[in-house]
Amino acid sequence: MAKELMKGNVAIAEAAVRAGLNAYFGYPITPQTELLEYLSSRMPELGRTFLQAESELGAINMVYGAACTGARVMSSSSSPGVSLMMEGVSYIAGTELPVVLVDVMRGGPGLGNIAPAQADYNQIVHGGGHGDYHPIVLAPANIQEAIDLTYGAFDLAEKYRSIVVILADGSLGQLMEPAELPEMKPAIMRTPDWATYGSEGRERRFLTSIDLDPSQQEKTNFRLEHRWQEIKANEVQYKEYYLDDAEYAVVGFGTSGRIALSAVRAARAKGIKIGLFRPVSLAPYPEKELYELSKQLKGLLVVEMNAGQMLEDVLNITRSQIPVEFYGRMGGILPMPEEIEAEIDRMVNDPTETDGHPRDRWLARFGKMN
Amino acid sequence: MQKEIIIAGFGGQGVLFAGQLLTYAAMDQGLQVTWIPSYGPEMRGGTANCTVVISDDEIGSPMVSRPSAVIAMNLPSLDKYEDKVKDGGVLVVNQSMVDREVRRSDIKVTMVPANTIAEELGDKRMTNMVLLGALLANLDILPVEAVEKALKEHLPEKHHKLLTLNKEAMQRGGSYVAAAISV
Repeated sequence: MAKELMKGNVAIAEAAVRAGLNAYFGYPITPQTELLEYLSSRMPELGRTFLQAESELGAINMVYGAACTGARVMSSSSSPGVSLMMEGVSYIAGTELPVVLVDVMRGGPGLGNIAPAQADYNQIVHGGGHGDYHPIVLAPANIQEAIDLTYGAFDLAEKYRSIVVILADGSLGQLMEPAELPEMKPAIMRTPDWATYGSEGRERRFLTSIDLDPSQQEKTNFRLEHRWQEIKANEVQYKEYYLDDAEYAVVGFGTSGRIALSAVRAARAKGIKIGLFRPVSLAPYPEKELYELSKQLKGLLVVEMNAGQMLEDVLNITRSQIPVEFYGRMGGILPMPEEIEAEIDRMVNDPTETDGHPRDRWLARFGKMN
Repeated sequence: MQKEIIIAGFGGQGVLFAGQLLTYAAMDQGLQVTWIPSYGPEMRGGTANCTVVISDDEIGSPMVSRPSAVIAMNLPSLDKYEDKVKDGGVLVVNQSMVDREVRRSDIKVTMVPANTIAEELGDKRMTNMVLLGALLANLDILPVEAVEKALKEHLPEKHHKLLTLNKEAMQRGGSYVAAAISV
C-alpha cells in the first residue's frame, strides 16, 4: 500500500478504525482533539458508533459499558482529561475488560498547557487508578509506530482482558509523517464467554468490579498478577540503535527517544561509542534487555520530558551497577538534540560527579538557571 | 543526507501549506520526511512556523535548533531565525516584508520581493510559492519538478485551476539565486 502523509492524531484514529473499532466515546481536549474530530465523521460514515460524552467521566463509563458487550471500544484524551477518567479505568481493570485508551500528554500538573510533555509516565505506567492492576502501556515515537501499535492494541487488550494505553505526547499528535495504513477490518463485536450481549438461551452472566468477600477479591487480585506475569513474558517491545559496540547509551521513550537519536548520531560522528535504547512497551518494561545491555556500558543517560519518572525504573533495573545520568525538560518544552549531545559529552568526558541521585545532579546543574 | 527547513511568517501567509507541499514532494520521492507546526502563543495572530526534516534515513528529532535553511516571510521571522541558520546554510527572505538587510555573511542569502512578484502574477496568495521556488533554487534537496508534481497530486481538485499560476510563482522565485558565500 502507498504511504500517506498523516498527522499523529488522525493516524491513530484511522488505525483504530481499521482495527475494527466498533464504538468510540470521548470528550475534546487539546492536543488530542483532532483524533476525536476525525472519528466524529469517520465512524458514522461507516455506520459505527461515535459519541461525544458530556465529560471524560461520562466517556470512560460509556467505554466501560460498551466493553462489557464484547465490542471493540476506545476512548482518547490528554493529561487532565485522563486524570478525570481514572476511576473508570480502575473499574475497567477490576472488571477485566479489554479497552484501548489513548493519552496524548501535555504540560502539567493541573491545567498546565497544551504543549507536549511526558509527565504522566508514573500515572499511566504505574497505575493511576486505585487498586492493584497493570495496564499495558505502549509509547510510539513516530507515526508508523503509532499506527502499528494502535492497530495491534485491540488484539492485545482482548488477549489479556486488559486495558492498553497508547501513551503519546502533543508533538506526536501534531506531527505529520508518511506512513502506511493496515488493511481495513469490519467493526468487531466479539462473543467471548464472559461478555454480556444478551443471555437468551443460556445462563445469565454478571460483570462487576465489586467483591465484598475479601478472599474472593484476593483471588481476582492473584489472577490479575498471574496474568501480568504472562504479559511480562510475552509482550515486551523495544528498539535499539547503534548498540552493538556501544560503551554508553541513552534511554528515552516516545518523542524524547526519537530526539535522542539525533544526539546519538551527532555523538557517534565525533567518535563516541554510544547507542540508543528506546522502550516501546513501557509496561511491560524491557527490564531484562536493559539490564543485559547495562552490563556492557560505562554510563547511561536517561532523557525524558519530565523530572525523571522513568529514571526511577531505569535505576531499579540497572541496580546501581553503572553510572546513570539524567536530563529532562518539563512544562511542555521539548529537549533539543544539542542539549542531549552536551549531556552525552559531559557523561563521557567529564564523569566526575557521580554521588547521590541523578535527579539531584541534574537539578544542581539546571535548576539554578530557572 | 539530512536537511532541515524552517518556514516562518504570519498566520495566513501559507507557511504551513508551503511546508506540507515540500513534505509531500519528499514523500513522493521516497524520502523520509517530518512536518511539525509550531506550538504556543504564536499560533494565534502572531507568527506561524513549521519545521520540515527531509532525510534518506530514519529521522530522529523532527525539531531542530540549527536548520539547514529558513524561509523568513516577515521581519519577526527574520529576527528570530537569522542567527539559527547553520553555517553555510540558506536564508530566503521575503524582501517585501522586511526593512533591513541580513547581517550574516557565512550563509547563502537571497532577498526575494515575493509580495510584489505575487501581485504581478495577479494573486497575493502566491507569495509562499515564490519563496518556495527560491528555496529550491538555493538548497539542494528536491527538484522543482517534484514539488510541481506534488502540487498536482495533493492539491484538491477544485484548486487545480491554480496549478499553472503556482508553477509560474515557483519559477519566478527560482530565478533568485544567492551569491556564493564570500569568506
